[in-house]
Amino acid sequence: MAERAEPILPARRSSSLLPLLRRMAAMPLKDPFAFTGLLIYVLFVLVALFADQLAPLDPLEILFTKAGKLAANVPPSLDFPLGTTNLGRDIYAQLVHGTRSALAVGLSAAVIVATVGTVVGLVAGYFGGTADAVLMRIADMALSLPFLPFVIVLTGFLGANTSNIVLAVALLLWPNTARVIRSQVLTLRERAYVEAARVTGASSWRILFVHIAPNILPLSFVYAAIAIGWAIITEASVSFLGFGDSESVSWGYMLQDAFTSQALSRGQYAWFVPPGVCIILVVVAGFFISRGYEEVFMPRLRGR
Amino acid sequence: MGDDGEAMILDVDSLAIHYSTRAGAVRAVDGASFAVPEGRIVGLVGESGCGKTTAVRAIMGVLAENGRRAGGRIVFKGQTLDEAATRKLLWRDIAYVPQSAMSSLDPVYTVGAQIVEVLTKRGNAGRAAAWARAAELFDLVGLSESRLSDYPHQFSGGMRQRAAIAMALALKPSLLLADEPVTALDVIVQRQILDMLRELQQRLRLSMVLVTHDISVVAYLCDDVVVMYAGQVIESGPVREVLARPRHPYTMGLRNAFPDLMSDALELVPISGSPPDLADPPPGCRFAPRCPFALAACSTGSVLIARSDHRDHVSACLRDGEADQLRIAALDPATWQRSSSYATS
Repeated sequence: MAERAEPILPARRSSSLLPLLRRMAAMPLKDPFAFTGLLIYVLFVLVALFADQLAPLDPLEILFTKAGKLAANVPPSLDFPLGTTNLGRDIYAQLVHGTRSALAVGLSAAVIVATVGTVVGLVAGYFGGTADAVLMRIADMALSLPFLPFVIVLTGFLGANTSNIVLAVALLLWPNTARVIRSQVLTLRERAYVEAARVTGASSWRILFVHIAPNILPLSFVYAAIAIGWAIITEASVSFLGFGDSESVSWGYMLQDAFTSQALSRGQYAWFVPPGVCIILVVVAGFFISRGYEEVFMPRLRGR
Repeated sequence: MGDDGEAMILDVDSLAIHYSTRAGAVRAVDGASFAVPEGRIVGLVGESGCGKTTAVRAIMGVLAENGRRAGGRIVFKGQTLDEAATRKLLWRDIAYVPQSAMSSLDPVYTVGAQIVEVLTKRGNAGRAAAWARAAELFDLVGLSESRLSDYPHQFSGGMRQRAAIAMALALKPSLLLADEPVTALDVIVQRQILDMLRELQQRLRLSMVLVTHDISVVAYLCDDVVVMYAGQVIESGPVREVLARPRHPYTMGLRNAFPDLMSDALELVPISGSPPDLADPPPGCRFAPRCPFALAACSTGSVLIARSDHRDHVSACLRDGEADQLRIAALDPATWQRSSSYATS
């Protein structure tokens, strides 16, 4: 058995969640898709962390040629690896700095969605009754909202900045997580080990967080990974439509900029292809990782 | 309590458990009485839905949400139990071995961690002592100590059942309730587990209630047997007595329905029909509609209650006096094909 590779003694003495978390962390290494996804993430995280070193130019700075003319639509060169925009901004710097906003949006949305969805799902599923009814009706309402219009309206009201986009995405995505986790909790709460804990006097919260939560943790991870992708796509869509944060440079902003300045008809592929590819890579990486966790959760999917 | 001075660790008296459903109250257990003598293994046997499991769950005070105790007494070591009192005893005095150990063990913790949890949270052992005790328990049930660090899915079915038994024994209970402990296992492992249960029972001086629908398991392991039908005890007594000379037609039929290596009968004889609807049970004897020996009086008379302290062999049959003749007739497969028409024999 694969798990036998672990040293016996330390694992045996720890009855905590640590072994589980260790398995969850080690999982992507076993699945080639999840591994690829993780690799892409690590790469982008490094780029985001060292953005200033990788692209020293300010992505919004308007550049001029040595002759003092506006450096607009300069083709890719050593100085400007991806050329410049029609306003003379360095596309490479925008791409590198866009990684930051993409990851910030994706990861923070994922954390919020997974946390809120998991807690709501646990509470609704375990306690049932009124709590369940109220939470699930709120979830129904959130699910019935049209996705992009809601994000646009909300950012319109609260201000078009990144954190409001994250908030909107979180408000829309938590119900999916909550519902799936709730239904899983419904089956888990009837398991004999949960009943044994209950009848021998374990408190509801202990049962919920010691016996039930660890069982649905892989599911939370699946939904967190999916939420990363959704959040990044949403941010890109909103920015592309021109409702995004005008202060920060994101890949969606770049696409919109390229689109409105007709980079496509000019054949300036270096402007709009890289941000598009980056979006695809990050989103796909998220789905690869979620696939890996799905297999942890549902081993029967393995090898299909 | 037994009148003959033999100590009864558990005495169930006229227990009635009702489940409220849309169709009305389902009387899953309806006036069942039986007792468990100290240091004996009592088999609770009957077909699916006859109330065996409900009775055991009532003893543990863990009925389903729609179930309630509608009457009767449960006395454990001289103490009359209500639900709250029972729950204090669970695991410490009354322990339970579940049928399906897979869904009974938490898949995300190692088996050792789960035993330790019982010892530290339910008992009051320290962590180090608990691990030592867990190793001791694994040894007791024939599992290697090194497997404590394994997860339930790394265990085979038999090993899981052993682990579940180890967990049940963690706090040194005096009464073990085992609900179909070997049903999910193949016969070879069944026998290993049964042998182990017998050995543990003798070594630890346990009393045990074994719920099963398998007569061969009862014959192999139990000292006494309680036969239930449609929520009632219809026959009880020492195993050898009851199986060799059943006195209730249902028990006779049940015995016919199981293969016997020693007998010449090539054909197993089923009891035709199915158990009655417990929301609306037939009047009189509940087995009468399926019974080949039923008389008119069987379906009108009041319900007879079999009551025994296991020294005697009793049955709740109106024709108990003719049991010896009925038993001979019951061996003929033709008898069971004309149910309810043998009244004139």
